Amino acid sequence: MIIPNKNIKMMQGNIACAEAALAAGCNFFAGYPITPSSEIAEVLSKKLPIIGGNFIQMEDEIAAMGAVIGASLGGAKSLTATSGPGFSLKQENIGFAIMAETPTVIVNVQRGGPSTGLPTLSAQADVMQSRWGTHGDHSIIVICPSSVEETYYMTIKAFNLSEKYRTPVILLTDEIIGHLTEKIEIPDSSKLEIINRIKPDMNQKEYLPYKITDSLVPPMANFGEGYRYHVTGLAHDETGFPTNDPEKTTEMLMRLYNKIEKHRDDIVEVEEYNTDDMDTLIIAYGSTSRSAKRAIVNATKEGYKVGLLSLKTIWPFAEKEIENMAKKVDRIIVPEMNLGQIAHEVEWATRRAKPIIKINHINGEPITPNEILAYIKQGK
Amino acid sequence: MDYLNYLRQDKMPHIWCDGCGHGIILKSILRVVDQLGWEKNNIALVSGIGCSGRTPGYVDFNTLHTTHGRAISFATGLKLANPKLHVIVVSGDGDATAIGGNHFIHAARRNLDINLIVFNNNIYGMTGGQCSPTTKTTKKATTTPYGNPDSAFDISKLAEAAGASYVARSTTYHVAKLDKYIKDSFLTKGFSVVEAYSSCPTSYGKMNKETGKTGLQMLMYQKDNTVPLQKAQKMTQAQLEGKFITGVFVEKDKPDYTENYAKVIQTAKQQ
Amino acid sequence: MSFRYEIRLSGSGGQGLILVGKVLAEAAAIYEGLNATQSQSYGPEARGGASRSEVIISDGDIDYPKAENIDVLLALTQEACEKYVTELKDDGVLIVDSQMVKNIPEGKFQVVKIPIIQSASERLGKFIVANIIALGVIVKISEVVSIEAVKHAIKSRVPKGTEEINIKAFNEGITLAATWQNENL
Repeated sequence: MIIPNKNIKMMQGNIACAEAALAAGCNFFAGYPITPSSEIAEVLSKKLPIIGGNFIQMEDEIAAMGAVIGASLGGAKSLTATSGPGFSLKQENIGFAIMAETPTVIVNVQRGGPSTGLPTLSAQADVMQSRWGTHGDHSIIVICPSSVEETYYMTIKAFNLSEKYRTPVILLTDEIIGHLTEKIEIPDSSKLEIINRIKPDMNQKEYLPYKITDSLVPPMANFGEGYRYHVTGLAHDETGFPTNDPEKTTEMLMRLYNKIEKHRDDIVEVEEYNTDDMDTLIIAYGSTSRSAKRAIVNATKEGYKVGLLSLKTIWPFAEKEIENMAKKVDRIIVPEMNLGQIAHEVEWATRRAKPIIKINHINGEPITPNEILAYIKQGK
Repeated sequence: MDYLNYLRQDKMPHIWCDGCGHGIILKSILRVVDQLGWEKNNIALVSGIGCSGRTPGYVDFNTLHTTHGRAISFATGLKLANPKLHVIVVSGDGDATAIGGNHFIHAARRNLDINLIVFNNNIYGMTGGQCSPTTKTTKKATTTPYGNPDSAFDISKLAEAAGASYVARSTTYHVAKLDKYIKDSFLTKGFSVVEAYSSCPTSYGKMNKETGKTGLQMLMYQKDNTVPLQKAQKMTQAQLEGKFITGVFVEKDKPDYTENYAKVIQTAKQQ
Repeated sequence: MSFRYEIRLSGSGGQGLILVGKVLAEAAAIYEGLNATQSQSYGPEARGGASRSEVIISDGDIDYPKAENIDVLLALTQEACEKYVTELKDDGVLIVDSQMVKNIPEGKFQVVKIPIIQSASERLGKFIVANIIALGVIVKISEVVSIEAVKHAIKSRVPKGTEEINIKAFNEGITLAATWQNENL
């Protein structure tokens, strides 16, 4: 037996998400009960009042999304958490947050769908919904943890990216990770990098809430700070007021798109494993990347040369990284708990230069290492 | 008072039609704000979608034009995050009680200190005159060409039943009363609802002859068909058919959400 | 080469097997410095029917967090035993409640039959500590974590005021397992 370190805990993924939100400075949560994400709300209902923050259970998912946007405009760092059906309901207001450039974090602990689907079982089938769920063209940041520890750090990253880029960020986790309890060392809060939104420093008359700046991210004033500006989901110009002017509309929408796409190198994160000497590449994300890693460990023992590219950022897509990696191998295996949502993107990123083998589950059961191993062995 | 002090003059002309009652309600709100001496920086005006939804664009406050029906939910987050703000929500009959009906009743139940003013013109004006939850049975709209088969909501009674701290109704003809109710609602702790009967000559008036077709005729219709609450209580259902009942329906001093949540914080900190 | 040890705890919802999983995982991760994961079934089956809780212990990284080659399977009901025995290794151990599981599935694994629930009622007067007795049996049979580490984990996990009865139940499980070992090995 050892002397326990008080910072080392056995913690569930959802609880790590709630704890990390607090570490990131979250002081507002609005949500609606839904499996398998409810633990996040439960923990925050207990902890937010202690720090004088707000926890509110809203009347529905739509209201919860509205409330986190309103809170963000009021200066809060806000969070909501949901799963499939609730994520569908939130989509319109997610679009509002994108359009009005309101930082907030949305956690989607994925479960089986469509519809009520498999509430207590896992899926990764909201990959495309997280990208295109709201109407209209736009870019979005979606990040995806594969462990409890990653859930902790990526929740903080989600807040940081949302504040830095004035945009909603989606933490796309899944039931397996959300409900998994594993070892985590809680970092000293002084060692965490916490990013807060940039505030305007000019006077009220000169403030343009949607100004086209070099960074593409204009400073954001909170309501009540003396900058009386207008926020709307309508197409607007730099002043924030509605416009139908084609030039100004294009300018604004392109800025919203480019502020993410042009900073993709700052946003996109991937992790390589065993990629030095490989003929087969597995591209995986979330809980499935752990199955892939185990399959690789076992395959390596049997002499197969397999590497893993684990996607930590789902959107913007790691197109460049995948294209480069694909050059080194004969084939690519993409296991995912959907019918090929990321595999399709991989096909596109690699221009189908290499054969792509898809392993898909839509029954709530995880893809096992043995299943992946069987595909590794095929044709080799 | 100088209304121009509160308006974003560069946003004029506004989009409201000739004869629309919404401008009357807006002026009433501005008069009350002026009387109360509220600082513009401390006021947030929040709206949803529709003709009423355009109100925030014209006033020099912190203004938020949200998605259809969801203004109250945005306002809830805003008020909780910055309790110093006076949060006013303006909403239409369709916005507040059709698509936003769930938020409306729950805001009344929750009783957070938000002031809702419903611009009730019995129709969806912005989208071209479709029937709304307050379009009465048999009345015409572009989606009820043979007369509305649905029954109408009574917005004030709905707010009362759901638990709002303050509920009152006036019309765009009875402006003095409208001012008073808005003022009292602003001074009431908790969720308040002022229902203001407005008129839409462009859509409602054109299709339903009894109200008259012009803004002025519609105002006179309000004048002729309004019954104060005290008088209405002595009248029969048949006598009240087609009448506007105005007055204060609820005026309660009860704990609001913030007070209750302060107790939650206190309990949490002790444990 | 790191070791990986998989334990699946199965029974019906309400038997407290999630707590057993959490205690085992904490004993390993916090008091032994190993790695551990714990997961469980959710939803209707967790409130009745056949439910499960899984613990994986390793001195290395735990990539795949679900059980696939089970070292120890605990089954407290017949239904759970049949449903969850499939991934038990040939050289694994099946621990069953001898009163509840009458039909032992066929396999090369070792079978340990112990009257866990009966002991809880008869020897400790508390039906609800059967889970902790089962924990004692598992720890003694598997030796994957030390008895001392588990005791610390029990004390930190169980409700205040119930530490004594739970430690007693844990010791009872160890005794039952030791007796079984003496008689059968």
